[in-house]
Amino acid sequence: MTRQNIEVPELARVEGEGGLFIGLKDGTVAEIRLDIYEPPRFFEGFLRGRYLQEVPDITARICGICPVAYQMSAVYALERALGVTVSPSVRALRRLLYCGEYIESHALHIYMLQAPDLLGHESALSLAVVAPEVVKKALRLKKIGNALLRTIGGRSVHPVSSCVGGFYKWPDAAAMKALLPDLEWGLQAALETARWSVTLPYPELEIDYEFVANHLPDEYAIIEGEVLSSKRGAMPVDQFDQVYIEQHVQHSNALHSLTVDGQPYLVGPLARLNLNHEQLGPSAKGVLEEIKVDLPIRNPYKALIARAIELVQAYEDAINLVKSYQPEGPSAAKLMLRAGEGCAATEAPRGLLFHRYTLDAAGLVQSARIVPPTAQNLARIEEDLRQMAPKVLDMPHDQATLTCEHLVRSYDPCISCATHFLKLDIKEL
Amino acid sequence: MAAKPSIAVFKFSSCDGCQLSLLNMEDELLDIAGAVEIAFFLEATRAQRPGPYDIALVEGSVTTPHEEERIKEIRRQSKFLIALGTCATSGGVQALRNFADAKEYAATVYAHPEFLHYLPTCTSIAEHVPVDMELWGCPINKAQLLEVLKALLQNRRPNLPAYTVCLECKRNNTVCVMVDKGVPCLGPGTQAGCGALCPGCGRGCYGCFGPARDTNMDSLAEIVHTLERYPGEAAHLFRGISGYAPAFRATADALIDADKKEAK
Repeated sequence: MTRQNIEVPELARVEGEGGLFIGLKDGTVAEIRLDIYEPPRFFEGFLRGRYLQEVPDITARICGICPVAYQMSAVYALERALGVTVSPSVRALRRLLYCGEYIESHALHIYMLQAPDLLGHESALSLAVVAPEVVKKALRLKKIGNALLRTIGGRSVHPVSSCVGGFYKWPDAAAMKALLPDLEWGLQAALETARWSVTLPYPELEIDYEFVANHLPDEYAIIEGEVLSSKRGAMPVDQFDQVYIEQHVQHSNALHSLTVDGQPYLVGPLARLNLNHEQLGPSAKGVLEEIKVDLPIRNPYKALIARAIELVQAYEDAINLVKSYQPEGPSAAKLMLRAGEGCAATEAPRGLLFHRYTLDAAGLVQSARIVPPTAQNLARIEEDLRQMAPKVLDMPHDQATLTCEHLVRSYDPCISCATHFLKLDIKEL
Repeated sequence: MAAKPSIAVFKFSSCDGCQLSLLNMEDELLDIAGAVEIAFFLEATRAQRPGPYDIALVEGSVTTPHEEERIKEIRRQSKFLIALGTCATSGGVQALRNFADAKEYAATVYAHPEFLHYLPTCTSIAEHVPVDMELWGCPINKAQLLEVLKALLQNRRPNLPAYTVCLECKRNNTVCVMVDKGVPCLGPGTQAGCGALCPGCGRGCYGCFGPARDTNMDSLAEIVHTLERYPGEAAHLFRGISGYAPAFRATADALIDADKKEAK
């Protein structure tokens, strides 16, 4: 059993930089800390004074893995500030762009970031030596998502086609249709991924979460919706930041969010699947029944299963949206500048991403507020570790460390988003 | 270079997008992993060994006292150090804070700015240690990174474009957005490498691959200034993703000074 503190000074296979510290005293867990030492980048500061059309290009740079999420929350929030509604064609293309991001991000996390923990590997590269077909499938699944992003946005990291009002240009319809055979392959591979996801040896843990996600009555909510909580029901998005409050803690360059009554809550794939499974499409619903997963899933390690279901959903949505892609009218709505305030939440692959802006009459940003999903989950991760830690004390130190690290990784934390890197550090106080 | 050179990937202040470009080489990744020793790459693997390394790929800019120390240690451990992407080569988007008071920013974002540790300015890797090669782009073009790695393995000079985005438009048969639609565009002053994506979408280049060498930035600034769609657009464009790169910085400063004089 482990008698030393658990220390992971540099957490691997996460986006950004941070560490984990679990301090033991007299054989019990005395302190748990997720250290976020990724430096502060001050986006909300230098967004002030920028013109509204510059915002999506700047916010994209918060995260290289989910730039589309940062563009989409920004454009919707700014459109609301201007009182602009986008056309159905623009809305559909935004959903399709977002599908590309879900595909690349989820395929990356399922196979290259989390699965190595479940299969006893240090990385997908070492996994590739013994199971090349698994890793090749993963890479192809991911590549198709990137190809979709490139077709719509020019490139997969920091795509360039989105603007406030819509898109600078409609993407080429023939190039879009040419993606269909790969997308059809991807749907089948995603279904296999979902079937495989329930065969993996997840550590045991059950947590009574407050799940929070966007919700729509007749669509698996990604780009908009009301904010639904498993414990407090639905609320309009503009009330979000009155109920979920950010706090600044000393060991972290990321803000931590808590509910207004001081509790941690969960955003991300588990929250979405548990709250919105009735809105899944036929393929995702079908495989969910087939693999016999009982909802709600309350084991954070099993977020991988939720990601696999969402991978199916993203591929199925993408196929339908590509098939029906028929751009009509202007690719961007005309904007009439006015002073105002607007907010929006979209579902980044890692969870709900809230933006709020105020604009002056010239279209310059007066204030910006960005609440990234990982910052919202940080308090939740620490609380999960508190519940998990007593169970790992009986394990050999290496296994205890890995089990805690794996728990953090299962959240797919995006520390650059939350500002930010992860480091696990367990030591005797 | 060793028969199987070791590669280490390091992250400083950044979005992870440039090192993600490595993982996004879906067709080449397994071959690369076979041709080199991946000695340190936190985003991809728990396995890591201490230096020295043959090749260090460094993403991000230097913004904290800890990073300032860390880059010096990485330099000591690395034979060939490549600054990867616009954050590493110019300071990147977060260097926009250099034009304002970071303390005030900290107070905007964080309730307890006294918890934070950061340097007064956010700067490129080359401001701190000698850099053997710079690869610009926000994000980098992964084909360029692949070309650089191949060239290093084959002991030859990499074949990288030395021209501007403007030329890429001509090659793509993209009609000039500035001439045709009067859209301000930094293409004539920006290094090639992206494939002229923005003009391809009907919008102007916003300079994310950084200033090209030997261009007449003043003349470009003058034209962009006459095409402004909102007051100050030209200065905003130059003071963007690569805004702390010296050539863009000086141009934006001059535009802002001129605007101030005009206002008087």
